[in-house]
Amino acid sequence: MIEAPDLSLSALSPFLFVFGAALVGVLVESFAPRHVRQPTQVALALVGTVGGFACTLLLAGRGEVTAAGALAVDGAGLFLQATIAGLGALSVLLFAERALDPARSAFVASAAVPAGSPRDRELLTDERVQTEVYPLATFAVGGMMLFVAANDLLVMFIALEVLSLPLYLICGLSRRRRLLSQEAAVKYFLLGAFASAFFLYGLALVYGATGTVRLAGIRESVTTDGTGTLLVLGLGLLVVGLMFKASVAPFHTWTPDVYQGAPTPVTAFMAACTKVAAFGAVLRLLYVAFGTADWTWRPLVYGIAIVSMVVGAVLGLTQTDVKRMLAYSSIAHAGFLLTGVIGLGAGTGSGLAATLFYLLAYGLTTLGAFAVVTLVRDGDGEATQLSQWAGLARRSPLTAAIMTFLLLALAGIPLTSGFTGKFAVFRAAIEVGAWPLAVVALVTSAVAGFFYLRLVVLMYFSDPAEDGPSVGVPGLPTTVVLAVTVAATLVLGVVPGSVLDLADGAARLVG
Amino acid sequence: MSLTNYLVLAAILFTVGAVGVLVRRNAIVVFMCIELMLNSVNLTLVTFARSTGTLDGQVIAFFVMVVAAAEVVVGLAIIMSIYRTRRSASVDDANLLKY
Repeated sequence: MIEAPDLSLSALSPFLFVFGAALVGVLVESFAPRHVRQPTQVALALVGTVGGFACTLLLAGRGEVTAAGALAVDGAGLFLQATIAGLGALSVLLFAERALDPARSAFVASAAVPAGSPRDRELLTDERVQTEVYPLATFAVGGMMLFVAANDLLVMFIALEVLSLPLYLICGLSRRRRLLSQEAAVKYFLLGAFASAFFLYGLALVYGATGTVRLAGIRESVTTDGTGTLLVLGLGLLVVGLMFKASVAPFHTWTPDVYQGAPTPVTAFMAACTKVAAFGAVLRLLYVAFGTADWTWRPLVYGIAIVSMVVGAVLGLTQTDVKRMLAYSSIAHAGFLLTGVIGLGAGTGSGLAATLFYLLAYGLTTLGAFAVVTLVRDGDGEATQLSQWAGLARRSPLTAAIMTFLLLALAGIPLTSGFTGKFAVFRAAIEVGAWPLAVVALVTSAVAGFFYLRLVVLMYFSDPAEDGPSVGVPGLPTTVVLAVTVAATLVLGVVPGSVLDLADGAARLVG
Repeated sequence: MSLTNYLVLAAILFTVGAVGVLVRRNAIVVFMCIELMLNSVNLTLVTFARSTGTLDGQVIAFFVMVVAAAEVVVGLAIIMSIYRTRRSASVDDANLLKY
């Protein structure tokens, strides 16, 4: 007789909510009349993500393995799931903004119409909007939440694809500059599929070495039988696959192109949520499966942390586009996050809690920064050239002030969440004796600080160009996003105690 | 025949695929090379399933096939959309995004 696997529906409720909303969204897209789709889809996506967020909060404090061992419900997983769902809901609000662009939406009216054709020009200012992006984004949020809870390499792979495939598509759906957007989608897709092939080969080698794909099983095998060449090789390939998603140098080559080409709300979504999800999976793989043999991954992670910080900070200096600059900033931040991963001590270090806090703080700040980018526009859509931002403070003091604050947070200036986060991850690295890494991190922080401050100086102390961009008046959705992200960045910087305690309490991985 | 032969064959196929991704210029051919990599992983999985005496590897191979099919749908849609505009699927022609 076959026994049904144990399945705790309450533990699965966040996934049921998010995937349920996405599936209903597909039905709405197929059967609802066009004019009701936009409000219905936005509402559905918000219900899904906010519902998923609420469910993870209700589950707080649980620690169990369910679904026949495939899913881990634990403090760290739930903290990251709540972060992803919350940031996902804010991104959906950015997607829904219709007041800024005269073209009424950031997304193309009909993706099947060739870019630049007469029909395409006609549709540019059409009232019609694409609403497929909402179910696709909801699927991506669901995949990300599954990614951080996967207790099994197979589930991790499936979740990786569930989060990636919708992202490839929505990268290519920009309404303006469609060629750039499609190019970004092709690059992201080809490199993403390449990276998932590496992840999969790593999975196969680890399976061959240990005879299982369960993280707990791998841990047991590593502890009793030791590590062989096959296993270390497999782990290396798995890490490559995950680091690609986390946009860590030297696997970052797609990041600037895709961040620049994708519609800005999608870039915000990717920068915030994908980063959290990828680091969640990295933490779970390294800590749960390979925590007892940390010599296998520590030198590798140590090396790529340094490469990522240096590449992000140095190449960020040479950028002339705001979105590309923020992309290199995201690569540098991935390196800072890896210093927290190095601080993952065997049960003692504060690395896990520090990384969780940093992910939350960075996600909120970067989402806000990209939201500001959607405001600055000229006749051709968003004005992302750095030179166009000159003298922005005179045109719109409030926008410039918000951007300055968020940039200072990205640079890690005290009284912002960036400082608290950096302090926490550097301390975790020093606690385990990785002080050279902390020194490199401090130096690269200073270098990266230069390019953030350069934009601030440009906004405040340059004369505005004659034909410079104007600052759009945001509708309710973007205003909400800006208010939430700025408030959170400030609160996490001034009084971080309660959230740090929360992250500390949540820093537990089962499996 | 020893199972090692299958593993070596799979490793060779994976390498051929990976090199193909890096050197070929047509997006469709690059994509075919990625499929070759996924299929070499399937061969590895099935071989390990036999050598470890567990069924997991064979089951995972099915999952990989389904994921590869989904990837084809998404990938070809994206490549088609760019081909319609540019009349070319070469990854070298797609060069608007750079420093």
